[in-house]
Amino acid sequence: MKKQYFINANIIDPYNSLYENGGLIINENGKIEAIGKKVNTNNLPSREKTIDLKGKYIFPGLVDMRVFVGEPGYEYKENFKTLSDAALSGGVTSVVTMPNTDPVIDNVSIVDFLKRRGRDKSKINIFPCAALTRNTEGNNMTEFGILQTRGIIAFTDGIKTIQNSRLMSRIMNSAYDLGCLIMQHAEDYELAQNGMINSGIIATKLGLAGIPDIAERIIIERDLTLLEKIKCRYHISQLSSQKSIEVIKQRKENVSFTCGVSINNLSLNENDIGDFRTFLKLSPPLRKEEDRVALVQGLKDKTIDVIVSDHKPEDEESKRLTFAQAATGASGIETLLSLSLELYHNQSLKLETIIQALTSNPAKILKINKGNLSIDNDADFCIVDLDKPWIVKKENMISKSKNTSIEGKKLQGKVTNTFVKGEELFKLN
Amino acid sequence: MATKINKAVKISQKHLLGIQDLSINDVHIILNESQKFIKLNQSKNKKLDILRGKTQINLFFEPSTRTKSSFELAGKRLGADVMSININNSAIKKGETLIDTAMTLNAMHPDIIVIRHQDSGACNLLSQKVNCTVLNAGDGRREHPTQALLDALTIINRKKKIEGLKIAICGDVLHSRVARSNIYLLNMLGAEVNIVAPTNLMPKEIEKFGVNTFTDMIKGLKDCDIIMMLRLQNERMSNSFLSSNREYYEYYGLTPDKLSHAKSDALIMHPGPMNRGIEIDTKLADDINKSVIKEQVELGVAVRMACLKIFCDK
Repeated sequence: MKKQYFINANIIDPYNSLYENGGLIINENGKIEAIGKKVNTNNLPSREKTIDLKGKYIFPGLVDMRVFVGEPGYEYKENFKTLSDAALSGGVTSVVTMPNTDPVIDNVSIVDFLKRRGRDKSKINIFPCAALTRNTEGNNMTEFGILQTRGIIAFTDGIKTIQNSRLMSRIMNSAYDLGCLIMQHAEDYELAQNGMINSGIIATKLGLAGIPDIAERIIIERDLTLLEKIKCRYHISQLSSQKSIEVIKQRKENVSFTCGVSINNLSLNENDIGDFRTFLKLSPPLRKEEDRVALVQGLKDKTIDVIVSDHKPEDEESKRLTFAQAATGASGIETLLSLSLELYHNQSLKLETIIQALTSNPAKILKINKGNLSIDNDADFCIVDLDKPWIVKKENMISKSKNTSIEGKKLQGKVTNTFVKGEELFKLN
Repeated sequence: MATKINKAVKISQKHLLGIQDLSINDVHIILNESQKFIKLNQSKNKKLDILRGKTQINLFFEPSTRTKSSFELAGKRLGADVMSININNSAIKKGETLIDTAMTLNAMHPDIIVIRHQDSGACNLLSQKVNCTVLNAGDGRREHPTQALLDALTIINRKKKIEGLKIAICGDVLHSRVARSNIYLLNMLGAEVNIVAPTNLMPKEIEKFGVNTFTDMIKGLKDCDIIMMLRLQNERMSNSFLSSNREYYEYYGLTPDKLSHAKSDALIMHPGPMNRGIEIDTKLADDINKSVIKEQVELGVAVRMACLKIFCDK
């Protein structure tokens, strides 16, 4: 690989508190050699070819903590190759994959398969999760220790929740002993039973069963109560309501844990479901505008640590059904950054806050050396035209599944180039 | 009442998916048209040829006696070719999706499809995929527009008006599409609507529809002109909504005692089928001075004839 010189970029690297106009040098091994304002035409050798970014932004490659890939079992929805291409086009260079595959990621042999496929077929960094319980059935724990040594980054039942409190406390004990990270999708099954959208006027009007916000809160309160005694690494995958935020704010003073939010819940509300738009059938569900605003505020005051895409590819056949029958989830890894930037453009959040929640914060929680632009690190980064307008269109999507929650939406800001280990793997046409 | 039947009428919608989509003018068009068919249905020769050459398909995914036969009869009396698809013997049982079924039927060029489906929004989905007009005969717990229209017609025929009446809708409102359609329609026509239900069967934020809510039936019935009872939909209740039918009857069943709190000339309605002794006292249900339940069924045919005619004209 040849040495690469970028100049005249706006660099945002929250991990190193680096916010300045400057350049970036990548060495022959794809590592960062120098970065910042000291990298400029005045002190670069004139014989070297430099790339003038003309004020475009450089962000560390995004770390997306909640991504579903169809391998194994649902390759027709998404495979490692299509996931990797979709991620790169959105500036995402590291993903944490969920274990809800067929078969479920819950034993060593399937982890080995996954690591191999991830390595051979994708160009981004894959960090797989394994299930907390065998076959995500919520009964018996998986082998946290052994799985962790085989390269599992965290444990979660993905779309499922541990309902049994005794099991949850035992899981936390084991996680504490072995130092593993556990992630909970917070939803009380009994309260959410048959529910499809937020409980309230929209559900009543559309005649759909609702999921009340207390279904989320009750699991969060239970887990945080357990956490008072058992100080394991604990992360709430996604918050969706104002009430949950209030609970978390109170508890963060006594116990340490982290939490995330899906970009869908940050950008949309239940009114967007309109006339039974199944692409907006999500879990957790979209809630009221007050909830959305509270989530944005939660990011602002650092109650929420991470933004995720909750990328859940579903083929058209699973969505062209009645709302009750349609699959849950939206494809979102390609639009994660651009949609997040909407919160910057509409002056809801500072750019640094957004990028932090997409890069260094998830990396810290996962304890991985990603999501930063430190010297000698892999040059995983993206170049972004912050103002470029574009429209989300199904036919332009790279992911194998086109179930975007924001079809037709006008966005501002687009990734123009994405690099992994110094190699340019995506370039906008 | 006008008896001339073949006058063209214009309606704003292509499909009849719910009362929500109708304007007050649309409602008047349908109700006026329905009036004309009431006499016809009581006469000896009931057959017309307004819909001759038109094809009507009834697609019922849920069991139904009165709505299905009512639509079938309505179509036949207007001279349409009516076909009812039996879901148990159809490709749906083989796993065909609603959209594929719709496409298949669409290829046969029907003029109108009447659909009843257990999922809310099924008729909306269907209407997006076919060229013909779709009439909703009930979708999940969302809407049942022809039921609300026939209820309104029944009230108008007995009370000569709806505006200013006080109407109580009682019982399993949570699972009821009839309740939702009636709330929209009665509100639109100027009635004051009381909803009476135990909290477990009260839909969330229903008061935002502009109704009064009561968990005490006696308070909810006070001075009402009309009492609409709803069927307890046990088939849609997955776990404990209620302690027992006995207790439900005690607190929410319509009895002569509770009825005495309504106006003395109050009328009792029920969309059927009834659970006698659970939501309604069996004698009250049959009391010809108070109950208009049979009349509702009778006018149902007239309303559906009007809807078929009006929406086929589009």
